[in-house]
Amino acid sequence: MTVWADALIQGILLGGLYALFAAGLSLIFGIMRLVNLAHGDLIILAAFVILTVAAWLNLNPFAATLAALPIMFIVGFALQHLLLNRTLGGELLPPLLVTFGLSIIIENALLELFSADSRRLLGGSIETASIALSPDVAMGVVPLLTLASALVIILALNVIFYRTALGRAFRATSDDVEIAQLMGIDHPRIFSLAMALAFVVLTIAALYLGMHANFDPTAGPERLLYAFEAVIVGGLGSFWGTLFGGIIIGVAQTTGAQLNPEWQILAGHVAFLVVLVVKPRGLFPRATD
Amino acid sequence: MTPTERKSGYRIATGTPASIVAGAVALALVALLALLPSFAARDLVQEFIFVFYMAALAQCWNLLAGYAGLVSVGQQAFVGLGGYLLFALTIMAGIDPLAAVVLTGAVAAALALPTAVIVFRLRGAYFAIGTWVVAEVYRLVFAQFKQLGGGTGTSLGPDITNTVYGIAWIKSFLDVRTPAARDIISYWVALALAVGAILLVYFILRSRLGLALGAIRDSEDAAESVGVDNWRVKLTIYVIVAAATGMIGALIYLQKARISPDAAFSVLDWTAYVIVIVVIGGIGTIEGPILGTAIFYLLQRYLASFGAWYLILLGALAIAIMLYAPKGLWGYLADRYGLILFPTRRRLVIGSES
Amino acid sequence: MPLLETRALAAFYGDFQALYGIDTVLEAGETVAIIGANGAGKTTYLKSIAGLIRGPAESVSFDGAPIGASAAAEVMKRGIALVPEGRRLFPSLTAEENLLIGRYGRDVPGPWSLERIYALFPPIKGRRNSASMTLSGGEQQMVAIGRALISNPRVLLCDEISLGLAPIVVRALYEALRHIKAAGTSVILVEQDIVQAIKVSDRIYCFQEGRLSLSGRPGELSREQIHLAYFGT
Repeated sequence: MTVWADALIQGILLGGLYALFAAGLSLIFGIMRLVNLAHGDLIILAAFVILTVAAWLNLNPFAATLAALPIMFIVGFALQHLLLNRTLGGELLPPLLVTFGLSIIIENALLELFSADSRRLLGGSIETASIALSPDVAMGVVPLLTLASALVIILALNVIFYRTALGRAFRATSDDVEIAQLMGIDHPRIFSLAMALAFVVLTIAALYLGMHANFDPTAGPERLLYAFEAVIVGGLGSFWGTLFGGIIIGVAQTTGAQLNPEWQILAGHVAFLVVLVVKPRGLFPRATD
Repeated sequence: MTPTERKSGYRIATGTPASIVAGAVALALVALLALLPSFAARDLVQEFIFVFYMAALAQCWNLLAGYAGLVSVGQQAFVGLGGYLLFALTIMAGIDPLAAVVLTGAVAAALALPTAVIVFRLRGAYFAIGTWVVAEVYRLVFAQFKQLGGGTGTSLGPDITNTVYGIAWIKSFLDVRTPAARDIISYWVALALAVGAILLVYFILRSRLGLALGAIRDSEDAAESVGVDNWRVKLTIYVIVAAATGMIGALIYLQKARISPDAAFSVLDWTAYVIVIVVIGGIGTIEGPILGTAIFYLLQRYLASFGAWYLILLGALAIAIMLYAPKGLWGYLADRYGLILFPTRRRLVIGSES
Repeated sequence: MPLLETRALAAFYGDFQALYGIDTVLEAGETVAIIGANGAGKTTYLKSIAGLIRGPAESVSFDGAPIGASAAAEVMKRGIALVPEGRRLFPSLTAEENLLIGRYGRDVPGPWSLERIYALFPPIKGRRNSASMTLSGGEQQMVAIGRALISNPRVLLCDEISLGLAPIVVRALYEALRHIKAAGTSVILVEQDIVQAIKVSDRIYCFQEGRLSLSGRPGELSREQIHLAYFGT
């Protein structure tokens, strides 16, 4: 019995990581209807940036992430401003294929720069620290921090979106780009700001990814799929939904792993497909979407 | 002319002078290609096999994405499915490999139906990622089959590869050894699939289904309002493409004779390269993927040794074309010179024109 | 010098020409009504002024400055606000948020504050925190007008504010429009309801198939003239 309780708890904690992956994606889907096929690779890119900053400045991963955040903010802004804004004209193919091409470029550029070796963000003693709930069930401190960070980020995103003028502008732009212009909203700049914000979120996700497991330049696509599944399961347009979606995928994976370790990833995908069939709009869809 | 035509003096025509010439040239070209194994070296034959099956895959993806608006980044699901079905049918059921290739098409079509029902719940770019998830599911499921090698894969033994229908005949007729003879059979099958894919797309576009596709491409709502069942049209195309892709996958792995889940369901080989081909050549035209395959073959041949840099170049090329020449090379040429080699648009010809 | 002027204004949707050389003038403090049948080009005219459709810079001038080529966000910042056809409130925003977003690009002092707008349109104050799409048609129209007003524009463009609304609601809206005029805003309104248009405006332009077919003061134009200009031969 405790085996299943343990799977549940680990699944919820894992869900925090997936929610972090998904939050950035959800933000971008929500504001500019852009499906960024390079999202997973950007998380990996962020992880390598953190790794490099940590090595150059001799910092622990947390401090290195803090230092990396402004860099990634600017990179995200620039990417949207220089490249991705030019694909948002209403046609389906350009943003899809451009981000697909970007995905290939990032993966292979990372391969060239860092080789295919597996990496890890080493946090020191915190990695093995854990809190025991019972003799058989323990929660790692890092996974707890991950879930806590996910909660904080989603809270922050909700505050930004629903209690600030910028958030009003985000929502208005996502509703109706044409009329948003009539409000004096410079939508290309709004999009660039949104992407910069998404980059901040995915950099934090990268921190916890790197501390949770090994990563290498080709690890991107799998993260994209988990993020995507979390968003769809949770329901488009809702940040809390995304958190819940992440947890569902996480729990599905750990439960599957309990049955057979080889089934972990497959279990997550199957859970996604089941939700897709039964509740195609997700579990907590926003009314207007 | 039918009585209607004679009475009202109009007809629907699709042919153009350029297309008639192109048709004759194409026929000659296909005949030449069919005869190629009799005088070409073995590695050239193998290179052509690659070109043919990539061209076939490109036509399939183009039909799906360029005409039906179903942008899938998960077609590797059916390539892998085809490969694994070939291995399963030949190793476990003892069916002749060529017959297995054909059977694969039917099974792929059957599996495509429930796949589509699930995946069609998503639209646009979400659909794209959904197809990727499905492909991953296929990969992970096939990696479970220990009889087919599990995660590391398996090979086709000589008991199968040496008994492909027609090998004995080719060995004596062209005086080659068994492996080369097998390659030549694969070559003809690949050529048939490439030509078949082109003809399939061409005839679909000239049919009522093609008319519906054109309407959907322009405006889904308008198409529905004149009676087109969008969902069924898209489902039909998805299943047809799945069947064709499955057969191509079967051929690919018959020729390679070695399969593993990571290779068979590779996003790079069966989706990324295919997308690059279609984008460079020109989405939404029949000629585009053909031109794109030719260019890709050259790129692959001379630049693939640059490894990661080559792939960075391909990615950058795809982005550049999407931004600056979204209709691809053929699109540019067709616009500039008004070329149409595979005429599918219907023209109203009024008056008596013989 | 007129506050707002269009000179040989033309507009295209792809190959289709919707406006052919429109010359109009709006003096400061005036209310000008644009009437005409569906498809005559009235909405296209407003969109061209607002910057949603762009053309040669000199085709539209505001306070002497050429704005015909300017983008909508820029035109809005100069002080021209559009109440679009069909209201087009933002569904993700509450009624109050829709009002507030109206001054995102231009937050200048003037007669129209949030409180003053609620005083102008009392029914929406009680609904301020409701999702905008749950409001009635009339309430939505009030929010749409308020959204444009809150930026304290010098010119207010109204596109068919009476469309689909009950006569009593339309009367309330036009009563509000009197107050808006009194506060000093110049107004161009596109109206299908000719009676209302004539009652509230200082001058009228009539469009027909993309061209100006009539212009003048309401008192000077006869019914036959208007009928002819509206429908053509």
